[in-house]
Amino acid sequence: MSSDIFIWPFNLGLYFILIYSVVRSTIWFRNLSRADKLRLQRGFFGMPFMQSIREIFMESLLHRRIFKKNPVLGYMHMSLAFGWFLLIVFGTIEADFFGERHLNPPSHAIFFRWFNPEHGTTGLASLYGHWMDFLLAFILSGLLLAIFKRFIPGMMGMKKTTRHTWTDRIALTSLWLIFPSRLLAESFTCGVHGSGGFLTGNLGAALSSLLPAADIAPYFWWLYSLSLGTFFFLLPVTRYFHIPVELLLIFMRNSGITTADRWSAYTEVQTHACSSCGVCISVCQMSRAAGINDMQSTYFVKGLRNERDIAAITANCLMCGRCDEVCPVGIELGPLRLIERRQGERPATMLSFFDRYGLTRRREHIEREQTQSYSYLAPEKEQPADVLFFAGCMTHLTPSVIVAMKKILDSAGVRYRFMDEQGGVCCGRPLMLAGRDREARELINHNSDIIWKSGAKTLVTSCPICYKVFRESYYLEAQVMHHSEFINLLIEEGSLRLGYLHRRVVYHDPCDLGRGSGIYDEPRAVISYVAELQSVAEERSMSLCCGGSLGNLTLSSEKRAMIAADTARTLTQSAPDELITACPLCKKTFVQATETRVSDIAELVAAALPRPVRKTRSRASLTAVKTATDG
Amino acid sequence: MSEQKSNRFGFAINRSRAINYDTSDRKVREYVTLREPSFRLCFACGGCTAACTAGQHAPFNLRRMNTCIRRGELDTLREEVTRCMLCGKCLLVCPRGVNTRNVVSATAEALRKLDRNEL
Repeated sequence: MSSDIFIWPFNLGLYFILIYSVVRSTIWFRNLSRADKLRLQRGFFGMPFMQSIREIFMESLLHRRIFKKNPVLGYMHMSLAFGWFLLIVFGTIEADFFGERHLNPPSHAIFFRWFNPEHGTTGLASLYGHWMDFLLAFILSGLLLAIFKRFIPGMMGMKKTTRHTWTDRIALTSLWLIFPSRLLAESFTCGVHGSGGFLTGNLGAALSSLLPAADIAPYFWWLYSLSLGTFFFLLPVTRYFHIPVELLLIFMRNSGITTADRWSAYTEVQTHACSSCGVCISVCQMSRAAGINDMQSTYFVKGLRNERDIAAITANCLMCGRCDEVCPVGIELGPLRLIERRQGERPATMLSFFDRYGLTRRREHIEREQTQSYSYLAPEKEQPADVLFFAGCMTHLTPSVIVAMKKILDSAGVRYRFMDEQGGVCCGRPLMLAGRDREARELINHNSDIIWKSGAKTLVTSCPICYKVFRESYYLEAQVMHHSEFINLLIEEGSLRLGYLHRRVVYHDPCDLGRGSGIYDEPRAVISYVAELQSVAEERSMSLCCGGSLGNLTLSSEKRAMIAADTARTLTQSAPDELITACPLCKKTFVQATETRVSDIAELVAAALPRPVRKTRSRASLTAVKTATDG
Repeated sequence: MSEQKSNRFGFAINRSRAINYDTSDRKVREYVTLREPSFRLCFACGGCTAACTAGQHAPFNLRRMNTCIRRGELDTLREEVTRCMLCGKCLLVCPRGVNTRNVVSATAEALRKLDRNEL
């Protein structure tokens, strides 16, 4: 039939995108490391497979995570994804059962009404027609919400939506056109033949009474096919490529593949799985408090994908991890940014539109030149201790925390040695955050040497920044504990006797301790033991960053102050007596941002010690430690 | 080293500190100011140097570095800039809100670019 020629834009688009996705996935698979290949193979033929299928259903179709964030936003995504999925599935079944023959090409299911205009006037077939109309109405309701969202983002809990490139906009328009054009095409055809369900049938009847439906119908079938074809052709270079890539990502993640410290096929899959939804913009404090709206993870990932110059974006991030926490696709945004920070200077590239289809393009690792060197550090002599206390650079700027820790440790009779009493060496994490891992390794080696030589069983630190790097990047025999954990242990053991302070306090989760290391309960247990702990608006995994973060390499002090003020305001909404934190950097930042008294958890506990401060139980042991330190 | 040689009979003669603006290299200063505009706010109080972690172990003096950047004394700069641990203590004590960490990074970058004739 010559009039069927309109199906070709759709057909070409569909075969193109299917072949492209398969080839691209195969290339990504080939580029995986040997170990990751094995993981994926094992994951594909084992238990993780069922887990992945379940996740694909829950996340890629139903969009459960977005539902949790905002029900309307969730419904919008679900109606488009799950609705379209059902429309394809039931459309295929319809074409298979009611069509002329079984096993039709996909175009027969998609343009079923065109090929069978008389279909569905009686019995089961008519009921089925109503069902198909219901699915179409379901999608259209989501589409309506999507259009609203574009113009009023606040309606769905989104403060801002992502700025899109022109290719994204064209793809978006073609996506938006698909379903209305299908509705009109089916309606006109049904109107001519008096068939159709409750939607297409009635609309068709109304339209055909006003317009020459038989003449107009083909135009809308053309529009329907063209918008589908355009969408499929643009898919690989737009954000909608996340639809096929996310499936691959879910399989890879469930097979146990992780983001390493370099670019790999897995990181590339992650960058293509980003849907540019902009959820990361809404939660980013640089956006909400400091008015910076172009440095968020969605732009970072887009820059990676399109190989733009993203040096400024890469450096300008607090690395607080809030976006990692909410990303509906589960992309590891923090680690990706760290990988980019580790790269050396990249020659500027300007990708043309067609370059972006490139199948073999990969982001190569560029070794960063070593800028720092710490060969001047002299090895320290051996000083044995059971418990080492490492205050850290930041704690040295808040001496009250050190005084409090000394009081607590003495009062509990802990035999400890103050590792950096005379000013130690940085733990290395600030260098790592700046992408200078090789330099950081020098400092790590220096500190590890001191810790190993001391033979300590426990390493207590007052700074969450040090805590994270001690736990993750040092090879130590000693158990690393944050002081809040250690104080909690002392209380549980019964070696620390404390009074109760009649104060209402709130607790701020430091990023590196909470989201970074998963320590939420210990500080709360300690605080509840000595004072009345009130809950705050955004806590635990969604806790706010104080703004002082060392993760951001370029943020100005004014913007930092804006973030600090905003966070302090949120935390002190209930007008507590005291704002407690467990990080010296947070403390130092908050002090300048709020009228409320700010204390470290150690200071709070020290204030609850019975007075006069009891000397240690074994005075002899303390003297021994003291001589050892002095000597 | 030349200072040590001239240290005779307990007296030392300081090297001349006169700055010749015609010959001093201002490229590094310009680059650093461009990358980190807050650099201009520094009034050389020395708080950063007093708080510095690296400065306790080696001759690393951010305040002196500032002077060197302004005067274009690149040899001293080249040596000092490698010693910073980027720990960020200076950032917190700075009364003028200079992003000192970024000043160090920008200086290192400027020197690298200068070596490659890209500045």
